[in-house]
Amino acid sequence: MRNVYVLGTGMVKFGRYPEKTVPELGGEAALIALKDAGIAIKDVEMFASGNLYQSNAMVGQRILQQIGQTGIPVINVANACATGSTAFREAFMAVASGMYDVTMAVGVEQMGKQGLLGGAGGGDPAYATEGKLGSGLMPAVFGQAGIEHMRKYGTKLEHFAKISVKSHKHATKNPFSQYRNEVSLEDVMNARMVAYPNTLYMCCPTGDGAAAAILCSEEKLKQFAGGRKRPKVAASVLTSDPYTDRDLTLPDVSTLTRRASKKAYEIAGVGAKDMALTELHDCFATAELVHYENLGLCGDGGAGEFIDKKGGMHPSLGGFSPVNVSGGLLSKGHPLGATGVANICEVVWHLTQDDRAKDRQVPNAKAGQAHVIGLGSACTIHVLTI
Amino acid sequence: MAEQAQATDSGPRPLVPFLKLGASPHLEGQKCTCGAIFLDPKRIACSKCGTAGSLKPVQLSNKGKVYVFSVVHQSFPGIKTPYMTAIVDLPEGVSVRSTLVDLDPLEAQKNPGKVFDLPVELVTSVVAKDREGHEVVGFQYKPSR
Ligand SMILES: [Zn+2]
Repeated sequence: MRNVYVLGTGMVKFGRYPEKTVPELGGEAALIALKDAGIAIKDVEMFASGNLYQSNAMVGQRILQQIGQTGIPVINVANACATGSTAFREAFMAVASGMYDVTMAVGVEQMGKQGLLGGAGGGDPAYATEGKLGSGLMPAVFGQAGIEHMRKYGTKLEHFAKISVKSHKHATKNPFSQYRNEVSLEDVMNARMVAYPNTLYMCCPTGDGAAAAILCSEEKLKQFAGGRKRPKVAASVLTSDPYTDRDLTLPDVSTLTRRASKKAYEIAGVGAKDMALTELHDCFATAELVHYENLGLCGDGGAGEFIDKKGGMHPSLGGFSPVNVSGGLLSKGHPLGATGVANICEVVWHLTQDDRAKDRQVPNAKAGQAHVIGLGSACTIHVLTI
Repeated sequence: MAEQAQATDSGPRPLVPFLKLGASPHLEGQKCTCGAIFLDPKRIACSKCGTAGSLKPVQLSNKGKVYVFSVVHQSFPGIKTPYMTAIVDLPEGVSVRSTLVDLDPLEAQKNPGKVFDLPVELVTSVVAKDREGHEVVGFQYKPSR
């Protein structure tokens, strides 16, 4: 395995772009990343494209139609919400293996106004189970993950609500965020309940967006970086859910995250304490809370206390172990396929003191991590160091 | 679909294949020699140990205890809210997801602790009518008395 570096990054602000196509959005992010890397599309030797809703429609090749059809190998990746981060990992492995020196990953999604509730499926609607056999809708599924924590440790609704307040506060400093409004604890607690305990502000919005990264070998880093510091991908881990007893009915987002986290810290040779920032998969506030423990940011059962002591908050707000300083999925947005690459962009920007993170720069950022869960399930963790 | 075989049968149909109707409705799982039990979807080999040919049908208890729940306030158009969804642990060591009935959802979310470990039992009811005119029977859990 060779060392792999992130030479350039690009992101299109998350939001709504009904006038644009998926390949246009992805192409825009790619062009920004290429410029940031100081290279051209002809320098890219392999491309992994992540998109979920058009996963049967050759999005990667259509992105190259937009920015330059050089004939390089393209793979189209779909892995639920971990789609973008899995594409990044493919591009990483292509360099790590020694097969290619410069690769590109793009994550892109256009969700329009469609809700996160998901589709109803085909067939005779009489046999649709939603509402008849409990609920398989995401807000309820992740609500139950939070309730399981309440059951085990006495966690309160307020703890989940505080996560949402933090996320929105962080997002005010991020021009790439879909929402940049602050909300108070009362706003969050009194907002419309979607699925207990997740109120409206504890659920991530849907939207459109794209992010891209250029990866390269050490040799190419010397050639292209021109003395600019670029982070190393210190660990790239992907897990699927192992068999656990209740996973059959209550999706278990913890076991595969814990496995991935342990492996990622091991490979990178760092620990949770070394993480200057963590971008984690807060599709719901309840998810963020359980991942504090899954990623070792606090001990088992310690998430409530961690939150009460301002754990996860930006240091400039008096916090420590900052989590989702970008605003996270809750505020920055969650265009499914784009999310995993955008999270990595955020970590890169802090490690390289990029202007794009200047109003929310985490001090002394030498290492950071990006975690994503795709329900069904896939978990990726990328640890970056500089 | 086994439509031909069923063409002469005008009786009710289960909402899901693992619900067995008849005089005493119950859930039927597949049990592996390693102890794991599966309800849905039907497995061709064991998810837990990977053994093929080890799965046998097993009748599951109609009584269980609530592990966790949620109260759904926003759903697809046409689905009445709020409703309670719950993960129910059965004594055989398998968990089932379904709707909790005969409980006040708003009261439950005020006092979640009262729902944890609540003893419940399976009930069935007609939940829809399919395109061929058959009644579709689903199952729910209600507090045991
Ligand atoms: Zn088995």
